[in-house]
Amino acid sequence: MTDFAGNQYIIEIVYLIASALFILSLKWMSSPSTARHGVWAGEIGMVLAIAGTLLHHGIVDYKWIVIALVLGTGIGIPLGFVQMTAVPQRTALSHAFGALCVTLVGTAEFYLRTPNVPRFMMAVLSMEVILGSLTFTGSLMAAGKLQELLPQRPLTYKGQNFVNLALLAIAVAIAIRLVQHPGARALFPAMVGIPLVFGVLMVVPIGGADMPTVISLLNSYAGLSAAAMGFVLDSKLLIIAGALDGSSGFILSVIMSKAMNRSFTNVLFGAFGQVQASPAAGTEAKTVRSATAEEAAAILAAANQVIVVPGYGMAVAQAQHKVRELYDALTKRGVTVRFAIHPVAGRMPGHMNVLLAEADIPYDKLFDMEDINGDFPQTDVALVIGANDVTNPAARTDTASPIYGMPILDVDKARTVMVIKRSMSPGFAGIDNPLYYLDRTLMLFGDAKTFVNDIVRELGGGGRS
Amino acid sequence: MGSNLIDALFIFMLAAFIGFEVIRRISPLLHTPLMSLTNALDAIAVLGAIVLVGEHKSTFSAVLGVVAVIAATSNVVGGFLITDRMLKMFKSSRPTKP
Repeated sequence: MTDFAGNQYIIEIVYLIASALFILSLKWMSSPSTARHGVWAGEIGMVLAIAGTLLHHGIVDYKWIVIALVLGTGIGIPLGFVQMTAVPQRTALSHAFGALCVTLVGTAEFYLRTPNVPRFMMAVLSMEVILGSLTFTGSLMAAGKLQELLPQRPLTYKGQNFVNLALLAIAVAIAIRLVQHPGARALFPAMVGIPLVFGVLMVVPIGGADMPTVISLLNSYAGLSAAAMGFVLDSKLLIIAGALDGSSGFILSVIMSKAMNRSFTNVLFGAFGQVQASPAAGTEAKTVRSATAEEAAAILAAANQVIVVPGYGMAVAQAQHKVRELYDALTKRGVTVRFAIHPVAGRMPGHMNVLLAEADIPYDKLFDMEDINGDFPQTDVALVIGANDVTNPAARTDTASPIYGMPILDVDKARTVMVIKRSMSPGFAGIDNPLYYLDRTLMLFGDAKTFVNDIVRELGGGGRS
Repeated sequence: MGSNLIDALFIFMLAAFIGFEVIRRISPLLHTPLMSLTNALDAIAVLGAIVLVGEHKSTFSAVLGVVAVIAATSNVVGGFLITDRMLKMFKSSRPTKP
């Protein structure tokens, strides 16, 4: 027993309370009515944990801690106030920051401890650093693609998967070598550097439509690397927080890949956008019916049941507030308006829900695919705004289609389908959508925001010209 | 180290199960705020970085630690802020019960 034993007990108790608060925080997230308590619980837990850590007996230098905390807060505040449409890239960026922290701490710990690193510790430290550094660059790439600083289209080349897997194998081999010989300092930079390159190459071939899965997967990696750091530092709180984050990311990844009927490996190594580049060219001249805003407004006004299907196009056009005006105008006329949300609509899990909530659309009007799909046959109008692949009936029937087997929203079963779309050019994945050629489908060509505004004006609901 | 390691593995296993059970129940409605919240919680890694800076065992470790604290703190602050902003927007059409 040292003089510091008392202090140490206090710190551990504080960590225990923080762990409980973190679990409660996630538990309260299960319902929108308690979710904000969840944030408070998380905040209290975090403040307690940081305060407890500052009591740590080994700490001699407080000046730089304070400076770093202040600088971090300075960066964090603007990141907390980004536009809602920028949330996917903000999330990717924060995965990158989290992974950066874990990687740097792992690196510093290695150089402080080498060559006296027990085997197990070296193994988890390697896992921490490999996962951390590939998540860091992978998330930066994802953020760059989402912010459109980088091309959203997948970039592929021959032998890509081989190169990627070979790089990963080399990194793992180095890790094994370091476990056997933890004194081999010279190998360590390679174990950090190779996964950094791998992270870039891993995300390069992934297109925008696969971002929900990739962000979830990177979320999971970030959590696992933090848990590994907990093992290295023997910190139970870190292990718990990392495990919670890791399982959250994992669950979301599973939901996302199920919603696309694809496996993890297929998302990571499949390069979705390239698959279907050629067959689209051979389509015969099929006819589509288009309509004006005036006609669309008349049909909507005469309907009883309307289901709106939003997609990434709505986010790009920033049309969510106009959609809210449409919702108001139709509701005032006694039309029941609901929203059908596909799990992979948009660029991250839950993306559409947040945008519609931002526009003040009540959340009890937002429905998951499973809950609303059975209602399309009794629906007068399905209005598709900026969604494409998630409504493509080819996923049910055409075994040759790359999206065959993907669960879709059954909009084609509604009595009338209206699709707001810029032009007939195929969507992101380059897959032709037979929905557009149905007799019951009306194409509304134009920018989502402008077109919805025009419909609202026709309905006399206060749209501006 | 031996028994500590086993303890740590038990804790990891239990926390992962709790995570699965709790998060499975979260509606897709809140998946975006869930991700930003877990991100903020995950930034608890800041503790390791704080100790690294505070112990100041070498200049190298202290410098890496400072950068790590900055990165993690920005996640803590930004993550909680944006989660709360998002959750504030979710409103029901039914009047809320007192």
